[in-house]
Amino acid sequence: MDGSGLGVRRAVGFVAPALVLIGVFLVFPALWTLYIGITNYQLTGPAAANPRVVGLDNVVNAVRDPLFTNSVWLTALFVLFSAVIGQNALGFGLAWLLRTVRPWLRRTVEAFVLLSWILPGTVVAYLWFAVLSRDTGTLGLLLGQPETAWLVQYPMTSLIIFNVWRGTAFSMLLYTSALAAVPPSQLETARLVGASGWQTVRDVVFPHIRGHVLTNTLLISLWTANDFTPFLLTAGGPNHRSEVLPVLIYRQALEGGQLGYASAMSILLLLGNLVIALVYLRLLRRRA
Amino acid sequence: MRTKAFGLLAVCALLTGCLGGTQETDQGRNADAKEITLTIVANAALGGKNARGANWLQNWVVPKFTELQKAKGVTATIEFEQNGAGDEDFKTKVALDLKTGGGGDIIEIDGIWLGELAQAGQVKPLDEVVGTGTNWDGWNQIPQAVQALGEFDGKRYGVPMGTDGRVLFFNKKLFAQAGLPADWQPRSWQDVLDAGTRLKALPGVTPIQLNAGTAMGEATTMQGVLPALAGTGRPIHENGKWQGDSSNVKDVLGLYQRIYGGGLGDPVLQQEAKGRDRSFTLFSENRIGILLESDYFWRSVVEPKNGVAKMADRDSAVGWALVPARQAGAGVGGQDFVSMSGGGVRVINPNTKYPRQAWELMQFLNSAEAVKESLAGTAQLTQRQDVNDEVLKGDPVLSFVAEKVLPITRYRPGLADYPKVSAALQQATADVVSGKSPDDAAKAYREALVKAVGEDNVG
Repeated sequence: MDGSGLGVRRAVGFVAPALVLIGVFLVFPALWTLYIGITNYQLTGPAAANPRVVGLDNVVNAVRDPLFTNSVWLTALFVLFSAVIGQNALGFGLAWLLRTVRPWLRRTVEAFVLLSWILPGTVVAYLWFAVLSRDTGTLGLLLGQPETAWLVQYPMTSLIIFNVWRGTAFSMLLYTSALAAVPPSQLETARLVGASGWQTVRDVVFPHIRGHVLTNTLLISLWTANDFTPFLLTAGGPNHRSEVLPVLIYRQALEGGQLGYASAMSILLLLGNLVIALVYLRLLRRRA
Repeated sequence: MRTKAFGLLAVCALLTGCLGGTQETDQGRNADAKEITLTIVANAALGGKNARGANWLQNWVVPKFTELQKAKGVTATIEFEQNGAGDEDFKTKVALDLKTGGGGDIIEIDGIWLGELAQAGQVKPLDEVVGTGTNWDGWNQIPQAVQALGEFDGKRYGVPMGTDGRVLFFNKKLFAQAGLPADWQPRSWQDVLDAGTRLKALPGVTPIQLNAGTAMGEATTMQGVLPALAGTGRPIHENGKWQGDSSNVKDVLGLYQRIYGGGLGDPVLQQEAKGRDRSFTLFSENRIGILLESDYFWRSVVEPKNGVAKMADRDSAVGWALVPARQAGAGVGGQDFVSMSGGGVRVINPNTKYPRQAWELMQFLNSAEAVKESLAGTAQLTQRQDVNDEVLKGDPVLSFVAEKVLPITRYRPGLADYPKVSAALQQATADVVSGKSPDDAAKAYREALVKAVGEDNVG
């Protein structure tokens, strides 16, 4: 069993620091969340001094809470339109188009797309706030509609467009490298037999990059489902119309002080993540 | 295997140890220390939120108190921890600090958070923190109603920092354009709505701004629902019960509907994440006609030199009037006019290393000299009668509030459940602003209330 030749004692010593870090920063908080999730623990008030174990009450209450179901629905919309469709399509489109253009143009476009990805979330949120706000917002001025408060009147649409803009870079990078793996000879053959662009993508390119598509979709779905940036733009408002799950959990935990309830919700979010991951993994395996 | 068991054991010990738990306090600890460090925490920042208070703490209190201690042979390091956050975020920070045994030695909080922090054991009665010796001649200068801001369950937890009152501010320039009098004083809700209808004729002007919705937080309750509710004759909490979907609550929501459904208010503004700040800016740009606000608005928002939305011509452009009841005599206690009041409170962190010295600093912060200095030449309703007598004379709005508003004002119920009730009220107004009928909003409010405080406590 001792493949490394280190001896058990030394092997344990070797991985112990990593295990300690994982334990302290990953396992312990997870267990902690699980534990808080079964209590009525609050930030202030009597339940802060003497929390009580309430079992699955929090989970049951969450599932019955219209705010929670509203959030689940909004999160699903957010993931579907901004990640699965938006970032995927735009990222692939950019990678496909940039394949054949001159290197300087390609690098410039890539640099701009990357910029939206690497800028800190708060900075980006401020920029978008300036673009979308009422009266002096750039978009309103450009469209001649300074009275439109985009984030109030179209909160989810704004968030979806924002997230497509912000997250496309990753998909673009991944697809760029994936496309490099498509054998040029097959592309050439497709061209010779007169396949259209779409036919080439569907019949030649896609079979080669199917694994990449699944991996990419899995990652951006999970990132989007857990993304907190919407809070910076709309804070979940107006009247819960853009309250995706991470925002709802934050507001319940820190604004409402309901730490136990919010922990239970975050466990449900975690389970949701696991389900998404399992579905993708099955799809990936089927490919293999 | 043994290490695994040990690890599990450690985790369990941590899990059971961290939630809750109380600690004994030794009030005399470090009473004779020659070297002390005290930190003051406030939601104030130099050049930012509550800049005047921040400036006073940093540039007057810190050096002055250090000097006083030096004269006694004590080396004191006084630190002022700045914050510039939203009120709810600040409360969260304070609660988390206190819960984990951290935080400043003296903390400025909104008086209304006292109940929930006290019930959580995060703040303790002054006597318990400092021991005997909280007798202080300053108490005689603080009126009983104001002292109550620092009390919970009959015990004294902190020293109030002053109070305020609510009035209707209006823009005299817009009023003149609409043919309304400069000495306007509405006597009923209808009078306010009528004035709003006249103002509606002016282009680009929002006639009435009555705080609504959850984005505005406590401002909605304090500068909207509660004064309106008082104007219907019933306070939010009476005879040990919270008011449910009563006809009074429906009346208040009806008022919201008449304002926001009838084009007198701007429903979009109420739903913006930074709507309150924006309403301040709009008022200072002569684009809002009537605004229900605390005297804070006059002294810190449209204040010509240091306000967050400066109005150079404040003194001539801004008018003020008492908040009318629904109609004359319909208010709480048969009043014609109503108001709500609140105020900040300074508490001592039960975990302070230097309880005696913190109490000493507290007395210094609330001394007549310090309080007067904190005003920096402006007027404000301070906690101290002697200071008020001197400083309010120069300011028309503040003396108006002191003479006309404080005698008829009401304070929020100092109960731990209040913030939850407040949140439910905010949601009810948000529902109306986004189009729900007052009846439906009231029904949803009752459900939320029952969930928050229990069926037995809803009347």
